[in-house]
Amino acid sequence: MPTSPTIGAGRPAASVARENGLKIGQARKTFATPEGGEVRALDGVNLQIAEGEFFVMLGPSGCGKTTLLRAIAGLEILDSGEIYLGRDRLDDLPAYARPVNTVFQSYALFPHLTVAQNIAFGLEMEKLSKDDISQRVKDMMALVRLDGLADRKPSQLSGGQQQRVALARALAKQPKVLLLDEPLAALDLKLRRGMQDELRRLQRTTGITFVFVTHDQEEALSLGDRIAVFSDGLPAQVGTAEELYERPVNRFVADFIGESNFVTTALITEGDAQLVSIAGGPKVALTAPAEADADGKVTLAIRPERLVLDGSAPELAAGTLVEVIYMGTDLRVQVELADGSRLAIRVSPPFEQLQLVPGAAVQVGVQAEFLRPLAVDA
Amino acid sequence: MSKPEAATPRHRRRPGRVPWFASVPALIIAALFTIGPLLVVIAMSFMTRPAQGGGVVYEFTTDAYRTFLFTKNFTGDLVFNTAYVEVFWRSIVQATITTVISFVFAFPLALWIATRSAKLQNFLVLVVTIPFWTNLLVRTYAWILVLNKDGIINQTSLALGLGPQELLYTDLASQLGLIYTFLPFMVLPLYSSLSGFDFRLAEAAYDLGARKMTVLRRVILPMAKPGIISGLLLVFMPALGAYVQPVLLGGGKVLLMGNLIASQFGDSRNWPFGAALSVISLLMLALALIGIQLWARRSGTKVSLSL
Repeated sequence: MPTSPTIGAGRPAASVARENGLKIGQARKTFATPEGGEVRALDGVNLQIAEGEFFVMLGPSGCGKTTLLRAIAGLEILDSGEIYLGRDRLDDLPAYARPVNTVFQSYALFPHLTVAQNIAFGLEMEKLSKDDISQRVKDMMALVRLDGLADRKPSQLSGGQQQRVALARALAKQPKVLLLDEPLAALDLKLRRGMQDELRRLQRTTGITFVFVTHDQEEALSLGDRIAVFSDGLPAQVGTAEELYERPVNRFVADFIGESNFVTTALITEGDAQLVSIAGGPKVALTAPAEADADGKVTLAIRPERLVLDGSAPELAAGTLVEVIYMGTDLRVQVELADGSRLAIRVSPPFEQLQLVPGAAVQVGVQAEFLRPLAVDA
Repeated sequence: MSKPEAATPRHRRRPGRVPWFASVPALIIAALFTIGPLLVVIAMSFMTRPAQGGGVVYEFTTDAYRTFLFTKNFTGDLVFNTAYVEVFWRSIVQATITTVISFVFAFPLALWIATRSAKLQNFLVLVVTIPFWTNLLVRTYAWILVLNKDGIINQTSLALGLGPQELLYTDLASQLGLIYTFLPFMVLPLYSSLSGFDFRLAEAAYDLGARKMTVLRRVILPMAKPGIISGLLLVFMPALGAYVQPVLLGGGKVLLMGNLIASQFGDSRNWPFGAALSVISLLMLALALIGIQLWARRSGTKVSLSL
């Protein structure tokens, strides 16, 4: 009997990454600052990116994500470490010899060349025949939906169109890996949403590995098969959007992606169980293993939308409503607990019958699995 | 906050617009110092040479222009004479060599300056303009000291056992002086077009598979084209009529356009012919410029003669 096909797009396993994916080992890069100091842009980064994956590197500016992207492209030379594509070592090849192309944040279109000439530029470097080049250019223009603009100069294009030319120019080379350096940062919100869909479509149709750098967490969550959250020259956590959001490993990730309440409280051990009690509330057993710091305390990350006020989940703590903001899709509520700390709570509709007014006494509830213990900061 | 519109109720002008009479001083200066002298030269070229001495007689003739191409032989017949055309041709050749060599030196220098930090760039541009602080004659005399029999080059040559070299009062010295003088005029416009160059474009080309020389040829040079054309013109035009270097360093042995014209107003005392030579060289340059403009308009390249 044939086995039923697996439902859902299976993610490439780590073993595939070793075969054809991108592997970054112990990448280090230090920049000298104008003041004479040093900035460690990459602090021994290890990453594996699978073939055909849409991989997003997310982080605040100066976290090293762009440096790593440029190192993969060959535009930045690592102080030490190695970059492999499958079995081929990339980091000792010059940029022009790497099967990797980049879409730059500024697009970097050649202003003296037309759209078609821009797209053809990389192909001419490969010494393809004129017919092949014009055919490939035509295919690329169709792929990114730029038909009819072949003879325009970049200055005659809108931001979104320039973006498409930059994409077409890089994709025309049929790279094994496409690097995208905050390509949507210059576009307005609506255009950006459209281009996100477009990028996902392009990645699925071409099957090329995309490595996408952004500081916009929403963009990262919506685009990435996997996301690496960078902090101070290192990926703090690598995982799917769901893993990062639901199970952040440290405070930085929990804070950078979405909103979180951070509650530090004593970790109580009773037999095998680890329990916490928040602001004099009932003891709640943690479902994930927690680690106490030197003071015997643990920090919990709690998403505002997981906290409830309607008694539909076990009680966590009692408090007083101090602020209620109507946001249309939800209510943003601040609750002050007995010890004076505050919790942010998002109440989803229907909230009309809850009678939430500032000053009212409320009971905050939560399912124990949404109390996320964070690793102790080194 | 902008000023309320009611403040200027009657003369509502666009900002930056001035009444017509504001340009009168500029027009007077232009007439006095640019168009005026030019008209004098043109008028003089159509006048008659006096029987003795310099100056002109106010009598219309085209003799001066005829002299450029024809000479009277013993019998009084007009014979085609290439001597003056050759002078012009030599000047063009020397100006071309000056321009080409200046470009070869200036381009890497300008590119190097343009890729330094902003602070260093300002300093380096200042260094390039330092020669302008000293009078051209003084600088040219300095070259005489370098090139003459007891100069530093000959001293070195003697010390190395290579024997004395004849350098001063040669074509080479004249050429050297021209290149030295006009190099900054090439560096500055090249630098100004390269400093505006977005070097991320070079990175993009590199990323797309272009090697360094290809990046230079396919991306940097085309984008520096306006600066290159400015530089070529700024060097070629003054080099064509250069006077100081051929006389002081070349010893005046080779007749060039500049010293030919100068001698007509000096020793030869043929002012109309000197004026005619000036007009001819002016026309040549004007035609060349018109040609360049036409080409520029067709190829969409911006050409400006500013630094």
